[in-house]
Amino acid sequence: MTKPGEFYPRNRDIHPVSLSPGYKSSVTRSPRLALVSLQSTISEQTGPVFGADDIDAGDNDLLTNYAAPGQSPIGERIILHGHVLDENVRPVPNTLVEIWQANAGGRYRHKKDTYLAPIDPNFGGCGRTLTDENGYFFFRTVMPGAYPWRNHANNWRPAHIHVSIFGSGFAQRLITQCYFEGDPLIPLCPIVQTIPDQNAIEQLVARLDLNATIPLDSVAYKFDIILRGRRSTLFENRPEGN
Amino acid sequence: MVQALKYLSETASQTAGPYVHIGLSPGAAGFDIYRQELGHDICGPNAKGERIRVTGVIIDGTGAPIKDAMLEVWQANADGVYAHPGGGGPVEDGFRGWGRVITDFETGEWTFESVKPGNTAGSAGTPQAPHLNLWIVARGINVGLNTRMYFADEAEANTIDPVLNLIEWESRRATLIADRDVLGDLPTYRFDIRLQGDNETVFFDV
Repeated sequence: MTKPGEFYPRNRDIHPVSLSPGYKSSVTRSPRLALVSLQSTISEQTGPVFGADDIDAGDNDLLTNYAAPGQSPIGERIILHGHVLDENVRPVPNTLVEIWQANAGGRYRHKKDTYLAPIDPNFGGCGRTLTDENGYFFFRTVMPGAYPWRNHANNWRPAHIHVSIFGSGFAQRLITQCYFEGDPLIPLCPIVQTIPDQNAIEQLVARLDLNATIPLDSVAYKFDIILRGRRSTLFENRPEGN
Repeated sequence: MVQALKYLSETASQTAGPYVHIGLSPGAAGFDIYRQELGHDICGPNAKGERIRVTGVIIDGTGAPIKDAMLEVWQANADGVYAHPGGGGPVEDGFRGWGRVITDFETGEWTFESVKPGNTAGSAGTPQAPHLNLWIVARGINVGLNTRMYFADEAEANTIDPVLNLIEWESRRATLIADRDVLGDLPTYRFDIRLQGDNETVFFDV
């Protein structure tokens, strides 16, 4: 019998720097004082639990979850799949993964997005799923388009999908962005470059996965997500055990 | 050479960006896609304890409210139990203890209703005072910010709370304590979060 234990301290060196002046929005939105380090308590070691009743089976299919019957969105059809694991290489089963993205033209379905590329009437741009018992998840969608944004006057976001993951404790809560192998905009992006560690950046780049491709239908990209590891307490009298 | 440690490295965070609503609150983005959006009902209809409202704004370094943020709350029930296998026991049917709200596009105000949590177990035997665990993401926030809200009317419990006491500067502890307003249909706690400047809110590396 195992019960959840403390999380390993977060390695802040692989995360973005909060104050990253190249990404201008971070200047007024990053704390100036140091974070107070906290040995995790029950409040951080636990987190919300989701079940099959919370979502619907088709929520992970962005090709159909907003399209009119018999229609589908414009764009390159892709599969985005992978495993959610923790730093101990253990699968994270039954955890909620939510995604959102621009359409193939780089336009978001959002009342605040005014980019001149058109809305796709058959594309909502969000999906969600629970990982299976092995931590596996998949989505069908279209490759998002690159788009310009107001940072420096000529900044373009590389194609990306936003990904939100829960894990088994609130201290694992994570939002990140998935990029795609071979995109020349990745090294030019000020948001990507908030991450000082090149290996950590490469871990955000989904790789072409020909074996998972569906011939004559969709090309696949693999994106594994790693959440913080935690000690497991094997016996009540071994609180430090792992 | 020594043996390799076979650990993986956590995936790096990236900002949620200005359009977090599309994925996590699509109705606010302007479209209806899911049978139900998650995080609207924190405690369900059967929750024990005092019903409360919590409200505030998130203020940036210029003093302006942030209008494109998302905030999640994780809390125990009135008995101090979290709705989780390691949460300390059973909870009321329908009690999840988790919710998400967005800041208003015009005013930056966020509000949710829940029940006041009880004391929760502390790591070293001292109970933790009632508190809400909060997680904030937005454009310009590169790694989600963890903080806690405590209740001003729990002064005695707050005084011995092991987490509040970790904060070296006593004056900064006050940034985590929300005042109670007895006006209105529900007891309302006001919790303004300041990302910078005078009275910068304490954020935790949890």
